[in-house]
Order: sequence, then C-alpha cells, then structure tokens
Amino acid sequence: MLTSDNAFSTALALILNMDDALISIVVLSLQVSLMAVFIASLMALPLGAALALWRFPGRNVVIVALNALMGLPPVVAGLCVYLLLSRAGPLGEWGLLFTPTAMVIAQVILVLPIIAALTRQQVEALHGEYAEQLNSLGLTRSRMIPTLLWDARFALLTVILAGFGRASAEVGAVMIVGGNIDGVTRVMTTSIVLETSKGNLPMALGLGIILLTLVTMINAIAHVIGETAKRRLG
Amino acid sequence: MNAHHTPPVAALELDSVSFIHRGHTLLKPTTLRLAGCQRTLIMGPNGAGKSLLMRLAHGLLTPTNGTVRWQGEPPPQAMVFQRPVLLRRSALDNLTFVLAINKTPRPELKGLSRKAQAMSALEKFGLPHLARRPARVLSGGEQQRLALARAWLLNPQVLFLDEPTSALDPAAIKAVEDAVLEFHHSGTRIVMTTHDLHQARRLANDVLFLHNGELLEHTLANDFFKAPASRDAEAFIRGELVW
Repeated sequence: MLTSDNAFSTALALILNMDDALISIVVLSLQVSLMAVFIASLMALPLGAALALWRFPGRNVVIVALNALMGLPPVVAGLCVYLLLSRAGPLGEWGLLFTPTAMVIAQVILVLPIIAALTRQQVEALHGEYAEQLNSLGLTRSRMIPTLLWDARFALLTVILAGFGRASAEVGAVMIVGGNIDGVTRVMTTSIVLETSKGNLPMALGLGIILLTLVTMINAIAHVIGETAKRRLG
Repeated sequence: MNAHHTPPVAALELDSVSFIHRGHTLLKPTTLRLAGCQRTLIMGPNGAGKSLLMRLAHGLLTPTNGTVRWQGEPPPQAMVFQRPVLLRRSALDNLTFVLAINKTPRPELKGLSRKAQAMSALEKFGLPHLARRPARVLSGGEQQRLALARAWLLNPQVLFLDEPTSALDPAAIKAVEDAVLEFHHSGTRIVMTTHDLHQARRLANDVLFLHNGELLEHTLANDFFKAPASRDAEAFIRGELVW
C-alpha cells in the first residue's frame, strides 16, 4: 500500500513530467471555470451595480435572495441544471448534458450570485461617496454604472476572484451535469474524487497540489495588483 | 475681461421653499431671488442650513414644499464641494471625464481635443505637472484646485461652492479665492457658503444670512457688514454666535 510520502513524490513526478492525462484535465478545468466566471461577470457586474443604484419595491427581497444564493449548495445547482438539460427536460433538445457547456452553465449559476451580491455592496459604498458630484454633473443613474464599475475596479477584481475560487473548487455541480467522462468532462475536482475512490492517491494528490497552486497564484497576483493600486490611487 | 459680452445669467427664484427631514424642519419657508452676475455669500453659524439651501438651489435636493425655478432655461451649473470628490483616476482623466459628459467646450477652447482642453485647464489652475498623478493622492489644496479646474471646463453660468476653503492652508485659500474671482470675471454667478467672516468681506457682493434654518437677511455686503438688520446677524459679525 502507498504511504502518503511516496504518494507525494509520485505526484510531484507526474507534475514535473507533464503527464498528458493530467495536463488535459488541468486545461479543461481552467477553461470551464474561467469561461463561467467571465460569463457570470458580464451579467453580474451591471446587475449588482443596478441593484445598488435603483430603489424599487421588492429590492430588499432580491438582495436577501442573492445573498442566500451565495451559499447555494453546488449539488443543488447541478441538479437544477441536470433537470433542465436532461433529455426529458425543457432544454433537452439542445443535447448539452454531459458536455463542458453544461458545466459552464452550472458554474455560472453558482458564481453569478456571489459576484452580483458583492458588486452591489462595493458599488453602493462608492456611490455614497460619488453621488452628489455625479448628480451635480447631471449624470443619470444608468450612465453612472460604467463610472462606478470602473472606479471600483480593484475591489471588483477581488470580487471576481471570489467567484473564480468558488467555480474552481466546487465538485458537486460539474460532477452531476458533466458526468466526469474521461477526456470530455473530467476536471480536477471530479478526478480527485474518482482517483481517491480508486485508491490512486498519487494522481489525486498531484491534482490537488496543482489546484491549490493555481488558486494561490491567481490570488497572489490579484493581491499584488490590489495593493499597488491602493498605494497609487489612494 | 469679457463679462459684458456674455449673455445675462438666468435668475433663480426660490418660492416658499422648505425642507423637512424626519419631522425636523431644517429650512423654514424661504423666498429669494438671485439675479445678475453677483458673488453671493451664504453665511450663518453651523447647522443654519447654508449647505442645504445651496443643494436645493443647485437641484441636488428636492424641497419638501415650495418651488425652485429658473427664469427661462436652467443655465449650465457646477458645484465645488467642501471635500472634493475626485474619481480614482489621474488628474487629467478626472477632467476628460467631465468633457465626455459635457459636450459643449468653453468658447476659447473650441476645436481642441478633450485632452488638450483638460491640459489647458490644468495649466490655468497651476497643475500641469500633476496631470498623470492619481487625483486622490494630491494635497488638499491641489485637489480643490483640480475640482475648480473641472468646474471651469463645464463653463458654468452659475458656480456653487460649499465651504471650499475650510480645510485648506492660507496659500491654498488664496488660490481658491483667486479662482473664484476669475470665474466671476468671466461672467459666472458665484454662490458660496462660508463661515469665515474675512473671506466673506473679501468676496461678497451680497449676503444671505441664515440662522436656525431661517433666512434672516438678503442684503448688499456693505450694508450687511456695516449695519446688519437682525440681532442674530449683528451677534454673528461680532463673533458672539457659535459657529
């Protein structure tokens, strides 16, 4: 039986040898999560900003719902997308179940509430500071949105990263809608589950190390950008 | 310079304007008329309603009762705040931002690119060397000058200033007061709040005196400082009213 020590060294060897299976899994994982975060950001940033600026009946309900959805269990999101995309489901004709596209859709649903809710908070705070000046300049609320999003850009970078963290770490949704098919929908988290249950600990550990390293690197870059900006822009 | 060439500034009329917030009357019904190209200073102790009156006049707040009305088209206006609100961008980008909103350039800058207009405003206010610097790391005085440069580019016929010098050192105060006179000289009506009596004496053509949310006087500056009509104003000038 493998001890964790030689599992670790085998894992490092897999990484250093750029094992083909490993690389394709890492690439697909990044493609799915980055695409999901990109699409979710396109929708959630303006949505969060609009929610910060407009007062309408039911606004608080929407905010509470968004905040609650930040904690949506990935398996539930996966199940919902599964029901939508399965052959008998309303969007079954599209034949998307068990494709990377289905995984992107599920992750968009997971990430969108996080980005929208946190964007709302950031933009609302910034609007408190800018409102009088922008009103004095005669800006309408819809024209304030790009200004506020741009001026909150560094805080929003952290928000988007929080979304990416969620997307890259979750396993439940991609497992259900992707099916963990070798070479098609197998990503890092689903392989870790599979390899662990098979007892192939070096592979599982190798993937775990890569996942951790990627997430750490991306967060480090964002931290440096944010700190530099804070120092430079005051 | 060209004050007599510019068209007269539309008169602003406040008709029984009051402002009530959560049951507290912050401004009692106020009627006044601002016409011509004057330098009107709004004075009074803290909490008198000076900033409130200015925000109502500028349209940032809607009165609870009464109407704020311009005779004719509302003229181009700008406002400079006590603490300048600058965008998290370079000094130059703060200026090109308002040029993108306000499409009509100052007549003397017509035909120039936005960047060139912004640079000429920076030069006018002594900030050209700071063009690339992020606006929010500038000193207090530089920030306020940048806010004035921004207002300058909007080519306002009416300029509102809310205690623009209260956080500045004497040199910066002088720069702001010079800028105010420059605006006025080019045909802009000035409406400004201050609690600095000396500043008011230097700048005012006429004075609005407020106390406890009530407009007590609207008189020419000379008359106000020589012989105030109300006892509160007299006490204020003697320095007996709490600021």
